[in-house]
Amino acid sequence: MTWIQDNWTVIFPLGWSHAVLAGVPLVIGLILAIPLGWAARRWRRAYPVIVSTSGLLYTIPSLALFILMPLILGTQILDPVNVVAAMTVYTVALLVRTVADGLGSVPDHVQQAATAMGYGGLRRFLVVELPLAIPVIIAGLRVAAVSNVSIVSVASLIGVSQLGDLLVDGFNRNIPGELLLGIAACLALALVFDVVITAVGRALTPWTRTARA
Amino acid sequence: MIRFDRVTKRFPDGTVAVDELDLTAPTGKITVLVGPSGCGKTTSLRMVNRMIEPTSGAIYLDGTDTADLKAAEMRRGIGYVIQHAGLFPHRTIVENIGAVPTLLGWDKKRIQERSMELLERVGLDPSVARRYPSQLSGGQQQRVGVARALAADPPVMLMDEPFSAVDPVVREQLQDEFLRLQDELDKTIIFVTHDIDEAIKMGDQVAVLRVGGRLAQMADPAYLLTHPADDFVADFVGRDRGYRALSFQASPRLPLHSERTLLMGEATDRTDEWILVVDDEHRPQGWVEPSRLSGPVTEADLQRGGTVARASGSLRAALDAALSAPSRRGVIVDDSGELIGTVRAHEVLAAIEDADRPELQDDDQAGSPAPDPAAEHTPS
Ligand SMILES: Nc1ncnc2c1ncn2[C@@H]1O[C@H](COP(=O)(O)OP(=O)(O)OP(=O)(O)O)[C@@H](O)[C@H]1O
Ligand SMILES: [Mg+2]
Repeated sequence: MTWIQDNWTVIFPLGWSHAVLAGVPLVIGLILAIPLGWAARRWRRAYPVIVSTSGLLYTIPSLALFILMPLILGTQILDPVNVVAAMTVYTVALLVRTVADGLGSVPDHVQQAATAMGYGGLRRFLVVELPLAIPVIIAGLRVAAVSNVSIVSVASLIGVSQLGDLLVDGFNRNIPGELLLGIAACLALALVFDVVITAVGRALTPWTRTARA
Repeated sequence: MIRFDRVTKRFPDGTVAVDELDLTAPTGKITVLVGPSGCGKTTSLRMVNRMIEPTSGAIYLDGTDTADLKAAEMRRGIGYVIQHAGLFPHRTIVENIGAVPTLLGWDKKRIQERSMELLERVGLDPSVARRYPSQLSGGQQQRVGVARALAADPPVMLMDEPFSAVDPVVREQLQDEFLRLQDELDKTIIFVTHDIDEAIKMGDQVAVLRVGGRLAQMADPAYLLTHPADDFVADFVGRDRGYRALSFQASPRLPLHSERTLLMGEATDRTDEWILVVDDEHRPQGWVEPSRLSGPVTEADLQRGGTVARASGSLRAALDAALSAPSRRGVIVDDSGELIGTVRAHEVLAAIEDADRPELQDDDQAGSPAPDPAAEHTPS
């Protein structure tokens, strides 16, 4: 336990890079998943293809994806961009379906009313359908965030440092305190993500919190 | 004016929802499409604003083929009201009402003013303006739906069973209020319902469709009730159509009897079976049985079962007044509600026998709609 007292401040730099490696892909992944999810809804035949392909991506072992990235992107093996790119793939894999289902949750009569009032396709999507899909998308985003925080720790194996380093080092040198700190920091980070996403979701959906008059 | 010219809709699966429909909805009138479930009412309605494209035929809006218009722009000029209102759940009530003006690029202040004006126009309290649709009752939501459709003052309105998701009492209110609004606004309206009573109440003219999307008959309500074109229409308009048709027959000069009355708070030593009680302004309040009175007449002594008919009203109202009064003397009032006299059921029936029914049109055959029934078959 003295290890923790002497070294606990390492969680700040490591935690920060962990947050960046998990958080940036969350944002990019969401931005990519929105048009893909829309396409999956728009063309019914595309839905199973898009959803199962993205689902398959999620099953690629993370270590393999981290190692493959430099080959695909032509980056340096130690470049954190590899991790960001790989994590983006996972995020998209999780969120495409979420976005498609979220858009599917928009009541038919609301969409029809929007069309009948003269909302054009893009405007209807941005002003009516996407906002109404937010509650479902937020739920998917929370799952993706936790998943990202957990997967990112594997990046230690390819030399990109973040909280996972504490787990690898603590295991190799048999320092239970370091292991414990690593786990606790990961949990705390996942919790922070969850709280932030939930708060953003609440701010964006004031209509879901109104008591029936 | 909206004109359907041999409009057919065949869905990709082969279903013919609308078959060679010829129909004209005159400017400033309510044209009701009525018929059993699946007869193509919604499909017909949605072809007007091109939510559904006709397979063949054309629809003209004031003479312009709608196929030549840009769909989104055209729709902003057509109010649309549907069964569950279809309000945007994520928008407040004012934002919902202001949706089309926003699309049209009105400035914010004007949208706000217009929305608040409409809110009151449809009978809603301004305090609901900042609420979300889920915080309103079904009837209130439906009012917002009407307000939203009226926001940009479109000349044409399409209404698909707008009042069918609310309970009968609220439905009646919404219908009455909408008719009052329409009296001022004179919109060109196509109104879809599967309820023949609603069709007869709301319609200046009624088009009855049969399954397969064919027009069975098009006529004004009184004509439809008295001269159904065939068994299908007769069945559809229902059993008590004879009685309901009386709604459209104005009372001729009924033989009115003067009625001796009692003022509220007065006592009497008369022993008639029933006495009519009126207030200071001579407005009927209810009937009392003198034998049961012990002193001056009070609110609690009144029998209020009887309906009251206006002299300018329909034969149906006069007959109902006679049938519903405990004295069997139907109470007739003038337009300000003052008592003018009473009438007995047999006298109303005699008047009915003397009254003219709408005449059968020579060219009226099953399935061939009269070109402009609203103008031609006005009930006498
Ligand atoms: N998109 C579609 N594809 C295939 N068939 C359809 C489609 N939409 C409607 N139909 C069919 O067309 C017919 C007419 O449908 P429509 O919705 O116009 O009926 P309706 O008169 O409005 O009935 P209701 O009173 O039940 O609303 C029905 O048989 C229906 O099943
Ligand atoms: Mg319908």
